[in-house]
Amino acid sequence: MEPETPETRTPPASSSPFLAPGHTYSSVTDKISSLVLTRGTRRGWWFGFLVAFALLMALNYALAAVLIHGVGLFGINIPVAWGFAIVNFVWWIGIGHAGTLISAFLLLMRQKWRTSINRFAEAMTIFAVSCAGIFPLIHLGRPWLFYWLLPYPDTMGVWPQFRSPLVWDVFAVSTYATVSLLFWFVGLIPDLATLRDRARNRVAQVAYGILAMGWRGSAMHWSRYEMASLLLAGLATPLVVSVHTVVSFDFTIAIVPGWHSTIFPPYFVAGAIYSGFAMVLTLAIPLRKYYGLEDFVTMRHLDNMAKMLLATGLIVGYGYMMETFMAYYSGNSYDRTMMVNRMSGPYAFWYWLLISSNILIPLTFLWSSRVRRNVAALFVISLVVQLGMWLERFIIVVTSLHRDFLPSSWRMYYPTQWDFMAFFGSIGLFLTLFYLFIRYLPMISIFEMRELVHKTAAEEAGA
Amino acid sequence: MVKRHPLYGMMAEFDNAEDLVAAVRRVREAGYTKIDAFTPFPVEGLAEAVGFSASRVPLITFIGGLIGCFGGFFLQYYPNVIGYPLNIGGRPENSWPAFIPITFELTILCAALATVFGMLALNGLPTPYHPVFNVARFQLASRNRFFLCIKGRDAKFEVEAAKRFLTGLKAVSVSEIES
Repeated sequence: MEPETPETRTPPASSSPFLAPGHTYSSVTDKISSLVLTRGTRRGWWFGFLVAFALLMALNYALAAVLIHGVGLFGINIPVAWGFAIVNFVWWIGIGHAGTLISAFLLLMRQKWRTSINRFAEAMTIFAVSCAGIFPLIHLGRPWLFYWLLPYPDTMGVWPQFRSPLVWDVFAVSTYATVSLLFWFVGLIPDLATLRDRARNRVAQVAYGILAMGWRGSAMHWSRYEMASLLLAGLATPLVVSVHTVVSFDFTIAIVPGWHSTIFPPYFVAGAIYSGFAMVLTLAIPLRKYYGLEDFVTMRHLDNMAKMLLATGLIVGYGYMMETFMAYYSGNSYDRTMMVNRMSGPYAFWYWLLISSNILIPLTFLWSSRVRRNVAALFVISLVVQLGMWLERFIIVVTSLHRDFLPSSWRMYYPTQWDFMAFFGSIGLFLTLFYLFIRYLPMISIFEMRELVHKTAAEEAGA
Repeated sequence: MVKRHPLYGMMAEFDNAEDLVAAVRRVREAGYTKIDAFTPFPVEGLAEAVGFSASRVPLITFIGGLIGCFGGFFLQYYPNVIGYPLNIGGRPENSWPAFIPITFELTILCAALATVFGMLALNGLPTPYHPVFNVARFQLASRNRFFLCIKGRDAKFEVEAAKRFLTGLKAVSVSEIES
């Protein structure tokens, strides 16, 4: 074997820059805006888009069938009244959380590495929340009466039950969707102005012009804009924590063994960020490859995101550990039986698959900097984590319910084709929206990249 | 009575942010007050150099948050205590701890809406027409160039003097802005 010399040894990813050297204001602007304005619609895009769109049609088909025939099409029963719909809801809303965390929390922490990933991470948030929103609605059984959840003075004189976490959920999720959309749009305004100024096609000029609202980069405007972004980040950070906390209240406020636990809020929030960072990696890796963005989304970014996965994965692992320990330590026989059933009952295979894909696989390999430098390995791990996080919600929902307090009401839950169609269809909705986003909007924040060029140059001049 | 000039103003183009900030300082020292600067990204200290002091956005955010907070609590207090009180399991009608999550969410929602719409309103956006776009090279303000504008309504504004002054400030080009 050849001895490693300093030249042949690959440097650790953490020492590589956030932006490849040699970039100027015009090069970053031209590169990112050309993806939208001059690259055109390529065959690869059409292929991916049509696959996603076909899945979206499957979702529409499933939703129409459920609207016509009712939720009996799903595999739910009594006692397992919460099936795939709630599993998918929690999974999607969790995925959204990483986007807000990257755009808001890392902004407050002045982490420069967020710059090149925040735009598509925020887009991911909005699309994930859109997917999440479908499931509780369809799960209502009579979705056309969803507005009964909203407080309005109606002729029946009744109001929602404000002491119920299910009503809190309505407020939390709709606030989250609104604030995420506002944050994303505010971030887009200067970039829409760039696209307006650089577009050579009349339709694009008018469309981006209307959306940019006449932004001209005035110093006073920038000052208020920066202040507003900072304030929005400060508002979105506690919001993102509150949303998954409220989602976890849907479970913990019930007295069902396996749900009634104080560890749920922090462990749900950590799990949400875990699955969200996995989704950011899943999206970032192909995007940087197919759109030639390796200069902007560097190995340093992938390394940082892998470390975030490692950190949040450890918190999730602690959550599983405490859940199991408390079931034993509480001395409550229902809790103990639930946990034993989870590990060795009819769903034991899925429980151990969840533990392998959420804890064993990622937390074994992500410690290694060689794995964190290996793009293919990171991509596979990110998919494994998402599978694991979906299974986590499945296990929480189904294994806690299927053994009711009375053995006479024990029943198994078997998802039907409609459950699968709605689930994979929601992935189609997500991908369809994402394909449209990368085709028509800048997937990296252009003005923040220019700012990064400016700051990097200033640092180099100082050093 | 403000002196109205047929031109919106005089526009100078700069190569980099440092030259622009230096030029803005010189223009202010020379006694011009109605000026504006345009940059492709936020430049630290530029707003202060142009003469912009405190932004009112935080106050608007705070007011929005207060409205959301009190409105959100009242939204739950009214039906439970005044509109349609129900005894559910002997819980107090005003069970305020259970009202906190929605109060919190509405505080955030109203504060965020106030921030965004307040920022847009203070900036006067949307602006369907603005004279600075009449300068052909201004489209580079969203790419890699930095612009400084002395407005025609400045009391000291005179076409030739302003042009001469700006040309002496490391400007790449100087042009008149049709209004």
